[in-house]
Amino acid sequence: MLSFILRRFVSMIVTLWLIITLTFFLMHAAPGNPFEKEGKGLPDAVAANLNAFYNLDKPLIVQYGLYLQNLVKFDLGPSIANSSDSVNKIIARGFPVSFQLGLVAILFAIVTGIALGVVAALRHNRLIDYVAMVIAVIGISVPSFVLASLLIKYLAVEWKLFPTATWGTWQHVVLPALALAFSPIAIIARLTRTNMLEVLTAEYIETARAKGLSPATIVFKHALRNAILPVVTLLGALIANILTGSFVIEKIFAIPGMGKYFVAGINNRDYSVIMGTTVFYSTLLIFMMFVVDVLYSIIDPRIKFHGKEREG
Amino acid sequence: MIVSDELFTPMRKDNLSAEAIVRPQLTYWQEAWLRLRGNKLALAGLVIIIILGVMAIAGPIISPHDYAKQSMITKNQPPSAENWFGTDDFGRDVFTRVWHGARISLFVGLMAALIDFFIGVLYGGIAGYLGGRVDNIMMRFVDILYGLPYLLVVILLMVVMGSGLVTIIVALSATGWIGMARTVRGQVLQMKNSEYVLAAKTMGAKPFYIVRKHLLPNTIGIIIVYVTLSVPSAIFAEAFLSFLGLGIQAPMASWGTMANDGLPTILSGHWWRLFFPAFFISMTMLAFNVLGDGLRDAFDPKTRR
Amino acid sequence: MEKLLEVDGLQVAFKTHGGPIQAVRGVSFTLHKGETIAIVGESGCGKSVTAKSIMRLIPEHIGKIVGGKMLFQGKDLAQLPEKEMREMRGSQISMIFQDAMTSLNPTISIGEQIMEGIIRHQKVPRSEAKRQATEILQLVGIANPESRLKQYLHQFSGGMRQRIMIAIALVCKPAILIADEPTTALDVTIQAQIIELFQTIQRKTGVSIIMITHDLGVVAKIADRVNVMYAGKVVESGPVREIFYNPQHPYTKGLLSSMPRLDADRNIPLSPIPGTPPDLFAPPAGCAFAARCEYALEVCRAHQPEETQLGSKHVVSCWLQDPRAKKLTTAQQSPTGT
Repeated sequence: MLSFILRRFVSMIVTLWLIITLTFFLMHAAPGNPFEKEGKGLPDAVAANLNAFYNLDKPLIVQYGLYLQNLVKFDLGPSIANSSDSVNKIIARGFPVSFQLGLVAILFAIVTGIALGVVAALRHNRLIDYVAMVIAVIGISVPSFVLASLLIKYLAVEWKLFPTATWGTWQHVVLPALALAFSPIAIIARLTRTNMLEVLTAEYIETARAKGLSPATIVFKHALRNAILPVVTLLGALIANILTGSFVIEKIFAIPGMGKYFVAGINNRDYSVIMGTTVFYSTLLIFMMFVVDVLYSIIDPRIKFHGKEREG
Repeated sequence: MIVSDELFTPMRKDNLSAEAIVRPQLTYWQEAWLRLRGNKLALAGLVIIIILGVMAIAGPIISPHDYAKQSMITKNQPPSAENWFGTDDFGRDVFTRVWHGARISLFVGLMAALIDFFIGVLYGGIAGYLGGRVDNIMMRFVDILYGLPYLLVVILLMVVMGSGLVTIIVALSATGWIGMARTVRGQVLQMKNSEYVLAAKTMGAKPFYIVRKHLLPNTIGIIIVYVTLSVPSAIFAEAFLSFLGLGIQAPMASWGTMANDGLPTILSGHWWRLFFPAFFISMTMLAFNVLGDGLRDAFDPKTRR
Repeated sequence: MEKLLEVDGLQVAFKTHGGPIQAVRGVSFTLHKGETIAIVGESGCGKSVTAKSIMRLIPEHIGKIVGGKMLFQGKDLAQLPEKEMREMRGSQISMIFQDAMTSLNPTISIGEQIMEGIIRHQKVPRSEAKRQATEILQLVGIANPESRLKQYLHQFSGGMRQRIMIAIALVCKPAILIADEPTTALDVTIQAQIIELFQTIQRKTGVSIIMITHDLGVVAKIADRVNVMYAGKVVESGPVREIFYNPQHPYTKGLLSSMPRLDADRNIPLSPIPGTPPDLFAPPAGCAFAARCEYALEVCRAHQPEETQLGSKHVVSCWLQDPRAKKLTTAQQSPTGT
């Protein structure tokens, strides 16, 4: 168990280092000097000053070393587009908003997805099963921005149930969280349903019935637990899905989250913001996946014994 | 019960073997095709894909309009006999642009899936077949890459390489092959240790023969399913990138960029500018996904539900 | 001996797309207190379905009891409402299955799986349930039961798992234990241990056992009486000695001669029964075994044979028992010469 966590931790660190290095060199391989992007020629002295401020006058390898050094101190450096702003400040402004939105979306997705999948499996081949599967198919077929536009058009503009955009009250969270959660709901519901159907035909369910347990006990204690275990392994990917999905959703709903700053960073070619955001999100994600793996090894007793992930 | 005495004679042993019903011999492919044919949903998906493909080629040709020609007089026209899907804010014909976009979106999806396929099969196949230490090193590398948030990497690559058709495909393939490699490697590894491959080996079969006769036929199903499902995910990713302003540049358009341009029409009421590209993206996703699911069931009847 | 369970004319049909399959077509037998009966037959003969029907474990959308009675403690189990049946399961009648590896939940601790039955039926606090669970593990021969309770399925060996399953079934002291192929998935040496365990348990608790098996060796060792099933019917039943030394039905004879014996002449090869069981979508009008029977008469194809009582307990359903058939066979050749 401990050796599993340790091994997993080391691989997390390596992945992190890789993404940081990759991001750094990619950004520095990007064509042109960031200051010339503006289109206006800067006086040589100003350019030299700026280069010195951003350490751009030093050899690349030194810059890389300095970047890593600052990273360890959780300093992601200043923004290029606006030198009085730092990436840390941008994250401090944007992330709480994105976190709130993402958390609501992921919780909503997990609860709804599992509920839908379980009900569909228990009522296999009945109306509710078909309804759930139609929702699931729509969820993986319709891009989130299309869904978001539909939600805005009907729930916000026509029926005026929720505000169209921006951020502030809890009502502002509903529509973007819904749009963001839809495709994860579909994925979770499908997986849960398939697993549940399989588990319900397992022989240990028959054993549980032979003990005289009630149907509710059988479903919740014996079947559900084993059916949703694989969903846990999916959590990492789902969090990534919601995270990147929020770039689009935040743009549509004009939410002042990380996505907004990231997209602005892309449009302004603000390399330090792009780099900082990527590093920040990657760290977050990779750490989440690490947590999920450790969590899985705790809730599935079979893993402790073998000390490694099961195949397939 | 009264039973007549005549019946107490030894039974004639005729037509007793008649109960053996001879099942027609089918090849793997015939059987898979039969199962796929029985799956109406998957067939519908296949038909939709064919129609979309045909329209992507024929659409811009049968339309009297040019996809890039602007006209301020005819801007934002609703669908009519003249402009079947209406016009956009530059007066360009949406019908022509949708099918032009289909070419780009489908091309991106197919190319990315194809490149994933080649790299993934090669990498996964080599790792799985050689096994041992080589496999260990190759897979450790893949595991690390697998931990990267793939859309972020794609975005990064797009920022560096600049937007465009080729860069999108390159960026998508740079991360897309990993899943394929893992799947293929797992399959090959499992099969390599199976009894029937061991049996073939004990009979002195050469490696190439084993690959051709055992590994390939048994992995091809899963590979086809994987490719089918990676087409829509590439199209999805392209739409996503276009949406962030990293996609195809004007005047060319993919469904993603068109949907992005059409987004403000939720409020302005020019619904057709968002509806058509969004509708065709959704149809494509749907078609490829149900076909992929159908193929999975067809190639592996065990998973069927 | 006191009658415990009387199964009378049990019929079970499965729903399929191709129409109903008549898996059990009128099975009758009696189980007395403290005895062990065996139900033997080849795969698909309906023996497991019979067992599951007594427990009413066949899900309604899959199959149904379409006829017959199962009297237990003055109640007909076939008619009992599901809620009352649930009270019976695990407390009055228990069942163990073939493969403990798949029949026990891999993600719930062994202790919990034993205790949940106790808590369900006896409504006792967890501490008491734990005490009983420890006790039962000891009874089935598992060392260090206290610490073993916290462990999971994969931490036990094959024989241990089967012992745990037996413990789960016995923990509420049921009157009847149904064992569906309990030794089939085990090594031969472990098989012998498990059989011995059944005998020990029966001695200690007085439980009546219905042993479902295709292994005649198991039957010889443990059963008091045997029911031989073929194509959903009991074709011959009787005390174990009668069945082994004086089999009357050609199918029973076939089963016995396909079993290796230590005392047999090694030059005579084992003789398998040729052919396959009939299709139960459309069961034959006459005797289901007729098509595979080397002594079959025309009457076998046309009519169902009736039960013939031989001795006090030995019953066989075969046309060869008819005096007219006896005349015929003595005139030609002796059917008992196998």
